[in-house]
Amino acid sequence: MTDRALKNLGEYIVENLANDIVSADVLHGELTLKARADQIVKVLTFLRDDPECMFKQLVDICGADYPERLKRFDVVYHMLSLHLNQRIRVKVECDEETPVPSVTSIFKSANWCEREAWDMYGIFFSGHPDLRRMLTDYGFEGHPLRKDFPVTGYVEVRYSEEDKRVVYEPVKLTQENRNFDFMSPWEGANYILPGDEKADDDSKNAGAK
Amino acid sequence: MAEVNIKNYNLNFGPQHPAAHGVLRMVMELDGEVIERVDPHIGLLHRGTEKLIEQKQYLQATPYFDRLDYVAPMNQEHAFVMAIEKLMGLEVPERGQYIRVLFSEIGRVLNHILNLTTHGMDVGAMTPILWGFEEREILMGFYEAVCGARMHANYFRPGGVHQDMPAGLDEKIMNWTETFIPTLEDMETLLIDNRIFKQRNVDIGVFGQDEALEWGMSGPMLRSTGIAWDLRKSQPYDVYAKMDFKVAVGKHGDCYDRFMLRLAEVRESLKIIRQCINDMKAGPVASIDRKVTPPPRAEMKRSMEALIHHFKLYTEGFKVPEGEVYAAVEAPKGEFGVYLVSDGSNRPYRCKIKAPGFVHLSAMDHLCRGHMLADAPAVLGAMDIVFGEVDR
Repeated sequence: MTDRALKNLGEYIVENLANDIVSADVLHGELTLKARADQIVKVLTFLRDDPECMFKQLVDICGADYPERLKRFDVVYHMLSLHLNQRIRVKVECDEETPVPSVTSIFKSANWCEREAWDMYGIFFSGHPDLRRMLTDYGFEGHPLRKDFPVTGYVEVRYSEEDKRVVYEPVKLTQENRNFDFMSPWEGANYILPGDEKADDDSKNAGAK
Repeated sequence: MAEVNIKNYNLNFGPQHPAAHGVLRMVMELDGEVIERVDPHIGLLHRGTEKLIEQKQYLQATPYFDRLDYVAPMNQEHAFVMAIEKLMGLEVPERGQYIRVLFSEIGRVLNHILNLTTHGMDVGAMTPILWGFEEREILMGFYEAVCGARMHANYFRPGGVHQDMPAGLDEKIMNWTETFIPTLEDMETLLIDNRIFKQRNVDIGVFGQDEALEWGMSGPMLRSTGIAWDLRKSQPYDVYAKMDFKVAVGKHGDCYDRFMLRLAEVRESLKIIRQCINDMKAGPVASIDRKVTPPPRAEMKRSMEALIHHFKLYTEGFKVPEGEVYAAVEAPKGEFGVYLVSDGSNRPYRCKIKAPGFVHLSAMDHLCRGHMLADAPAVLGAMDIVFGEVDR
């Protein structure tokens, strides 16, 4: 579908769901709708059933974390219409406390995807029949894909010869986990460059003299 | 006689069961031998791929995709590099596209040989796997010839492929497409009309078209219900638009149809492989944009700029403009997608991997209810599950 046709489709959807859709953009040949979180079931039902859309397949649901935002999480729904041969992306924003209505009632495939988003980000889906953890260990604590979760995790596992069982222990790193910064300092580094902190003191000292 | 209370029986299937195709644990509730409920516990092979990719530069992230569905490694890479190319607006030279399609199809054959034969083994046929794996060895030899690794290829790169095929490899592949046919036919005669094989598969794990859509099925699972949906045809990428092949579809949506459909797909893949080799013309295999693909070794010995490009590319990597895309390929198991969010730095901000196996496995409960316990491995086998991609 051309960008123009996509734009028209976006406008058509916004027209019909004026109060529930915040924006519709076409970028890289993909249509992205931003919707209100509490209306997500209505939006997806419309996209599924409307004869102009027929997005019968919910391909995937995933979370994304933007900690600097007020509502830090995005929940991203990817849908596919075999009818139009077209994909669409619907995004809603939410935070740790407010739940997003579950869409398991209209798409069966949402079940595991929402469980995964809960597991990875701690996004709560209200009305989900069975919101257990999906991929992490039994008894795991925390939500590993959040940006403030360290890549090394907090606990490690080993088989203890004394206890004759698997034991959990805090992570011990023999070498600090290195994370290199490759952004050029010439292009607006958002931290104090090593050595720069002295410059301020020097100028003060110079002023005192 | 006093009434006896019969309690349902709970059974743990796996995680160390040979028919569990890896590390699947299913808690089953059985009424006698009839399955009442299945609760698959996955994540025993979870390696945090998505988290790790966020810490890595784009070029360093591609090897993770080999380790997802390790049965057809290059098909996964394909989705990831396509997502990067979409964000950067990179053009891939034609020969690069042909090589990618060629190796994607080899990946499909690799996958289908494994699946068809292990599916046979799950229901009691031992011989096909022994024959099939000999052919897989040859195919992995082609992988090795082109990138040096038999499984974890890291061959597809943003803008093309890492290097050109060695001289003479195209002939070898062409010869193989001929010598493979007899093996395939032998395998077919062992299975397709086999009474036991049919009894174990026909009318097992049936679902209809609407159900398949509702459960988000893709690939052979969707096509077995009769929906002719193949991303290679409907949303062609690289040179698939130029290829002449048919989309195999099933009729009943049962395990036997899925098996037959994959057999047909192998033959279609062979057709595509032959076309690729015949149509391929000489030329560059990767983008000549030196900000994305490294210069050739020889050039680096003479040109200062080439040396700088190489150094920058392998320390800092390249930066991808801000934005988000979803790129999907028709992987052997179904639609494999990558949702990539870039913040403009040299690392992905978010990389969500949409694995077909994950979606398919979520329908396990639905497909198994009311079947006998012995049917569960057949359903699982026909589903084509590999835990690398399910658990990520």
